[in-house]
Amino acid sequence: MASRYEIRLSGSGGQGLILLGIILGETASIYENKNAVQSQSYGPEARGGMSKSDVIISDDEIDYPKAYNVDFLLALTQQSFDRYTKEVKKGGIVLYDSTLVHSPKEGDYRLIGLPLHETAVRDIGKSMVINIVSLGAIVKISNIVTIENTEKALLKRVPKGTEELNKKAFYAGVSLAK
Amino acid sequence: MGFNYHSYLREKMMPHIWCSGCTHGIVTKALIRAIDKAKFDKNKVVVVSGIGCASRMPGYLDFNTLHTTHGRALAFATGVKLANPELHVIVVAGDGDAVAIGGNHFIHSCNRNIDMTLVVLNNNIYGMTGGQRSPTTLEGDISSTSVYGSIGNPIDVVNLAIGAGATFVARTTTYHVHQLESYIYSGLMHKGFSVIDAVSACYTAYGRRNKQRYKSAIDMLNYMKNNVVNISAAREMNSEELKGKIIIGIFKDSLEPEYCEEYQKMINRVKNKT
Amino acid sequence: MADIRFIQGNEACALGAIYAGCRFFAGYPITPSSEVAEMLSEELPLVDGVFIQMEDEIAAMAAIIGASLAGKKSMTATSGPGMSLKLENLGYACITEVPCVIVNVQRGGPSTGLPTSPAQADIMQARWGAHGDHPIIALCPSSVSEMFTETVRAFNLSEMFRTPVIVLSDEIIGHMREKIVIPQEGEIPIVNRKKPKVPPHEYKPFKGEEDFVPPMAAFGEGYRYHVTGLSHNEEGFPIQSGELVHQMNVRMHNKIYKNLDKIIKNEVYMCDDAEIIIFALGGAARSSKGAIRHLREEGIKAGLFRPLTIWPFPEEDLRRVCSRAKNVLVVEMNLGQIVFEVERVLSCMGVKIDGMFDSSGEPFTPLSIVRRVKEIFQR
Repeated sequence: MASRYEIRLSGSGGQGLILLGIILGETASIYENKNAVQSQSYGPEARGGMSKSDVIISDDEIDYPKAYNVDFLLALTQQSFDRYTKEVKKGGIVLYDSTLVHSPKEGDYRLIGLPLHETAVRDIGKSMVINIVSLGAIVKISNIVTIENTEKALLKRVPKGTEELNKKAFYAGVSLAK
Repeated sequence: MGFNYHSYLREKMMPHIWCSGCTHGIVTKALIRAIDKAKFDKNKVVVVSGIGCASRMPGYLDFNTLHTTHGRALAFATGVKLANPELHVIVVAGDGDAVAIGGNHFIHSCNRNIDMTLVVLNNNIYGMTGGQRSPTTLEGDISSTSVYGSIGNPIDVVNLAIGAGATFVARTTTYHVHQLESYIYSGLMHKGFSVIDAVSACYTAYGRRNKQRYKSAIDMLNYMKNNVVNISAAREMNSEELKGKIIIGIFKDSLEPEYCEEYQKMINRVKNKT
Repeated sequence: MADIRFIQGNEACALGAIYAGCRFFAGYPITPSSEVAEMLSEELPLVDGVFIQMEDEIAAMAAIIGASLAGKKSMTATSGPGMSLKLENLGYACITEVPCVIVNVQRGGPSTGLPTSPAQADIMQARWGAHGDHPIIALCPSSVSEMFTETVRAFNLSEMFRTPVIVLSDEIIGHMREKIVIPQEGEIPIVNRKKPKVPPHEYKPFKGEEDFVPPMAAFGEGYRYHVTGLSHNEEGFPIQSGELVHQMNVRMHNKIYKNLDKIIKNEVYMCDDAEIIIFALGGAARSSKGAIRHLREEGIKAGLFRPLTIWPFPEEDLRRVCSRAKNVLVVEMNLGQIVFEVERVLSCMGVKIDGMFDSSGEPFTPLSIVRRVKEIFQR
């Protein structure tokens, strides 16, 4: 992979999108010797309203740190789906939550709906791990980093004692995307 | 034989800027004697000041001396002391410097309880800039910015220091020179933040404007002599009886955790863990 | 094994400070710089350093000057509203020649402005904010790695020239996370202030040596000298003589402006054949590089001149690099500040200078810069 790959993670505050971005960035930069940049919107948006976190991954130097020609959009709310699909490039991927996003609009992108929230609640028993379920799905679908390396970065980042739970959530996401 | 001040003074800096009749020199000499009595190594003494007449004092003293910006002396001193707790850090400030522009630093220095000594040369006026009203100008007194009489209660430096948490607080006047030396000495020896409110006199900018009380510079010292009340006597007096009086004595002397020591304990605790 | 991390610019700044030998930090909470203080509150005790949260921004600036005089390398970090307050004692550090580092992670202004959004509107404040004539060094990092290395360079320059140095960052660089390889010990040389070699009675704390910089003793080392914010002589005592005052001001100016080769640093990117050179720094330079990538793909010859040292201004380098260009576009996140300096330096060179300004708090997208460049060419 030579050129930049832009991932935008969008949804609402509290869905753990910043942590999700950090784990993707750490996987790429620490475990795969690539370059990565993560940034986020701050302010009132990050307190329960809209939330977004951008991750750029590249083998080359990364100049502009924000996503503007999105390769992969994760939309965990209808609002974020509506707002950010316009910035997805032709042929890009839009992964949305099939229960939280009720009317996914078709476009010049590959549309994938998965029950991320439902899986977090039903299989893992905690809605808050929706970010880690999403991580599994993103890695599986995009192939931008390997599943093994992501697992390493994930286990290093999550609080002690929650490793098994997070690992379970991660692989639930990987399976969903199969 | 009198005390020999020469070895503590930068004599080439003389003559000093203080007017005749000013009593800041009395505080300076009391401070020198107190430091001498404390047997501090001159190389380890740092005297810090802000801006104003009082703040010119460090320039005349043969120590490490730091003449800073208006009101900020305590903040500079905090950096000096925390960076090297071995140093004996002494701050001198006028009333405007200490409790007007420097009020926030005064409060937080008292609260932090870093082992430093603050001597407030409190002459109730901005002398250097030409006699403007200060936060300690007495109600009704004339200054160049209170030409019809100062409105409102002056700030009581001692009460403010106690309220903010200083652990040694004393007041006396430049008439009571031995007591002044003794209080400064106690402040230097005290482990923690000490405040000495040294009532000083500015005849040029304050006394001359308030002839109802002072006919001469000497009158200002006589006023101190005749109007002081010791703190123990003051406790038996009501507010009417205390009107116009200067309460002197040691108001607070307590040992409480000192900041630099607590910081070092924290370092030891954290480093032992890792 | 290499120490690779994925961290925020502000965190890299804190680690760079420790690497440079900073052992004293005084600060006051303010967005978007607080992560610098937070990280140093954790890191400094581990290296026997001091962290203190002061009562206000003014006090924090004062405390780091005091600590530096007592011999510790010291730093504070803030953003616009705090920077305005620090200027009082920044001027004091200039006239008393006390080394220290001030980090300004710029946000939108004026006043409280846009606390969580980037801006580059404090460029002129950095140069001229403190009253009176004074030289200043200000550095502009553009990546997380540079937040580390430019903080180290800021300490080195402050120690070398006995002067405060500003790290003029912005919210984009301060808050973004990026890969950084932490330099090994010894990889970047560390400069320490020169100490007097003469006995105390011969020491003149404000007498410049050949490089115009006076050696500096710490309080407590036996050199009992006077430090004042008043204009002073070589011994540090206040003076009234206009001639001596002027001499002192000129020496302080010379110690920066006669040592430019040690201070100036730029990135010159694809400028050799460039018809248009974009002048940008910090966060705006990253947008500009993105634009240049697109422009080159379309065959438009664009390059970037990016000062890492913005003050003193890189006059000679800019003239040299722009000598063959037809156009210069200054891209800055403000309503036009550094463009005037560029115009001053490049006047009489026959190059057309345009500006692209924005104060919305949104970073320029590369495509918006591409559009602007095309407009210029179609004119």
